[in-house]
Amino acid sequence: MSGLTRGSVAVVGAAESDLGQVAPGTTPVDLMAQATRRALDDCGLKLSDIDGVFTNASQLRMPTLSLCEYLGIAPRYQDGTGIGGSSFMTHVQHAMLAIEHGLCEVALVAYGSTQRTVSRAAASPREFNPYESPYKPFLPASAYALAASRHMHQFGTTREHLAEVAVAARQWALMNPVAWEKEPLSIEQVLGARMVSYPLTVRDCCLVTDGGGAIILTSAARARTLRQKPAFVLGVGEHLSHMSISSMPDLTVTGAARSGAIAYAMAGLSAKDVNTAQVYDAFTINTILFLEDLGFCPKGEGGRFIAGGGIAPGGVLPVNTSGGGLSYCHPGMYGLLVLIEAIRQVRGDAGARQVQGCDVALAHGNGGVLSSQVTVLFGSEATV
Amino acid sequence: MSTASPNATYAAHCAKGELAYQVDTSTGAAVFYPRVIAPGTGAPLEWRVSAGLGTVYATTVVHTRGEPPHNVVLIDMDEGFRLMSRVEEIDPMAVQIGMRVRVRMHPATEAQPAYPVFTVEAGA
Repeated sequence: MSGLTRGSVAVVGAAESDLGQVAPGTTPVDLMAQATRRALDDCGLKLSDIDGVFTNASQLRMPTLSLCEYLGIAPRYQDGTGIGGSSFMTHVQHAMLAIEHGLCEVALVAYGSTQRTVSRAAASPREFNPYESPYKPFLPASAYALAASRHMHQFGTTREHLAEVAVAARQWALMNPVAWEKEPLSIEQVLGARMVSYPLTVRDCCLVTDGGGAIILTSAARARTLRQKPAFVLGVGEHLSHMSISSMPDLTVTGAARSGAIAYAMAGLSAKDVNTAQVYDAFTINTILFLEDLGFCPKGEGGRFIAGGGIAPGGVLPVNTSGGGLSYCHPGMYGLLVLIEAIRQVRGDAGARQVQGCDVALAHGNGGVLSSQVTVLFGSEATV
Repeated sequence: MSTASPNATYAAHCAKGELAYQVDTSTGAAVFYPRVIAPGTGAPLEWRVSAGLGTVYATTVVHTRGEPPHNVVLIDMDEGFRLMSRVEEIDPMAVQIGMRVRVRMHPATEAQPAYPVFTVEAGA
């Protein structure tokens, strides 16, 4: 089905760059390089070992060229695929393919953004769409708000359910020393916050921060010779459904239903085998949609699944344990940081928020306006 | 292109007060936004003019600092295509999924060609 071999490749190094509000004058490539240095130090490989480079960034027209020039490397293989925030999950898939076929041996996936410093409008200008722009949707938020309206109409999901997603993310963030948000959050505060695009308040929307990260992948055999516990890639699946929200077939069912099914089939696993799910929470409705589409609860039951602390610390499923895009960090395209948290959980490296006995972690990426969905399943040595 | 572009043909219909869409000549399926070939099949497309009636599929109210809130909706037209628009002459928060609505053209300005908006269909 996927043509890839379960567990053939592993992540051996992972690191964030500086996050939040970075030093004045910092560039997106500075952040990629800083994270690359830290990821190399994490695994003990050298810069000259990297022979595959994968990156994308809205602030760079030709991101692999920018990064390779900066790092002073000429990799055998490179890929700048850009499908929004899930690009980096697809990079994992493409890196796996390249490593399996000998196109490269050590793959770097990197990201950086200074969108807080330069403004969101400057970091990722919107494309003009003659069939949408005249109506002045506040994108991307309004697209997710439209999806939320439909979910509320069809399934009885409430604004309180949405708010619970933000509250759970905040509770996890308070256990993450590098999270942007440092104060507790209540349902009432979410509901009473400034309205952005009904039913989403500013607390239903992701942060606007700087930040970046890097991960390094290599073959399973080489991974076992390095210093960190490998996070084996057990499954990967991708699905693209549309570009603009007016072309999304059903606003209550995302491409995660397909991407998840492909990834589970490759891994020989199902949702019940997953110990923690890191899902791209650009908006609170995302978490509900993805938990449904990835099989953690039936379609339409997401609101009730998360209610009463279901995904908060101590809940039935640990979700977005970093604090997520809502409370930890959201540097424009957050997918690489979603991967890093899943990798840390599988390595047992997640500090106070570590999920006990975590052998399988799901990382799910979202791009555009629910447009691209990519699911990666990581496993510990016990799973391969 | 030697013939009018899809968007220019669409805009010309809007200027006449018509909401135009296309149909896939191989399947009869309605297609929107206007294209050069049909999505999924690659077949030729033919233009049609909508009867103008549709149903609100999804709705949001956008809050922009310093401006009154405005609604943005997705409308499912009776002919089987969907488009983004807004419902006018109603409190934006009163727009409901399932409402029956009728198209009209927002007049053109120098900066913006005419574009379709909707009002609640009387007696619906």
